[in-house]
Amino acid sequence: MARVVVDVMPKPEILDPQGKAVLGALPRLGFDGVSDVRQGKRFEIVIDGDLTDARLAEVRHMAETLLSNPVIEDYAVRVLDDSEAPA
Amino acid sequence: MKIGVVTFPGSLDDTDARRAARVAGHEAVALWHGDHSLSGVDAVILPGGFSYGDYLRCGAIARFAPVMTEVVDAARGGMPVLGICNGFQILCESHLLPGALIRNDHRKFGCLDQRVVIENNRTAWTTAYTAGQEVTIVLKNGEGAFVADDATLDMLEAEGRVVARYVGNPNGSQRAIAGITNEAGNVVGLMPHPEHAIEALCGPGTDGLGFFTSLGAAGLLSA
Repeated sequence: MARVVVDVMPKPEILDPQGKAVLGALPRLGFDGVSDVRQGKRFEIVIDGDLTDARLAEVRHMAETLLSNPVIEDYAVRVLDDSEAPA
Repeated sequence: MKIGVVTFPGSLDDTDARRAARVAGHEAVALWHGDHSLSGVDAVILPGGFSYGDYLRCGAIARFAPVMTEVVDAARGGMPVLGICNGFQILCESHLLPGALIRNDHRKFGCLDQRVVIENNRTAWTTAYTAGQEVTIVLKNGEGAFVADDATLDMLEAEGRVVARYVGNPNGSQRAIAGITNEAGNVVGLMPHPEHAIEALCGPGTDGLGFFTSLGAAGLLSA
């Protein structure tokens, strides 16, 4: 069993209204010195059996076709090692 | 003509879309997201709402509904397909139309009578209008801001594929784009709701009816 994380973020040039809302709320709570917030999504995917290159390529394909929309989002795939607890 | 209206779990405006089709003189056929057939319809409407709860991204799950395999094939074959609001989002996620719809720049759900200009009256869904005609139809969405990269936007403009443009810009859409079409002009995505503006009794008037009466008049059906 292996755990793979896919992070999906709005592309830098795409307006991120949710991140803007969070940025606006921070000073009201007394958190100063924050110049930007962008909000994305994190997927934790559990893979049965060994994580082969082919399986990892499949996760990338998942990220491209379903987990992200390449028109507005970028994604990054990384494998969690055993010491990292699930978030 | 027989117009199929797809109901996904979470669709809201399927009933209004079927009614609009009937008021325009067509036969309305209810299609279900799990169907593997289009039941012999001549055109398809993907209605507004929140298909599959808008989980992941608006339209992202609906794109993989069984019926969408048929809809995508039929659209590529020239069948008129109109996606309204959530339906527009589904068409973009299905890559039948370029670009994407993201959250409104003001972050609020907007619900208003919106003036739009019909710029392209050569699509299967807009021949009842004159080019440049200003109409008032209902706009109601939370994620209605149309975005695409500059090259795509330039291409849409150059090829006359901007079907409708907002008067003013109610949601931060790039170049105030309210609706676009594909290269062939049979697939149209529209963020505002013409099906809510077909009868004077409810809604802002009857300006939306033209989207439904255009069908069959275009001569595009055999394309």
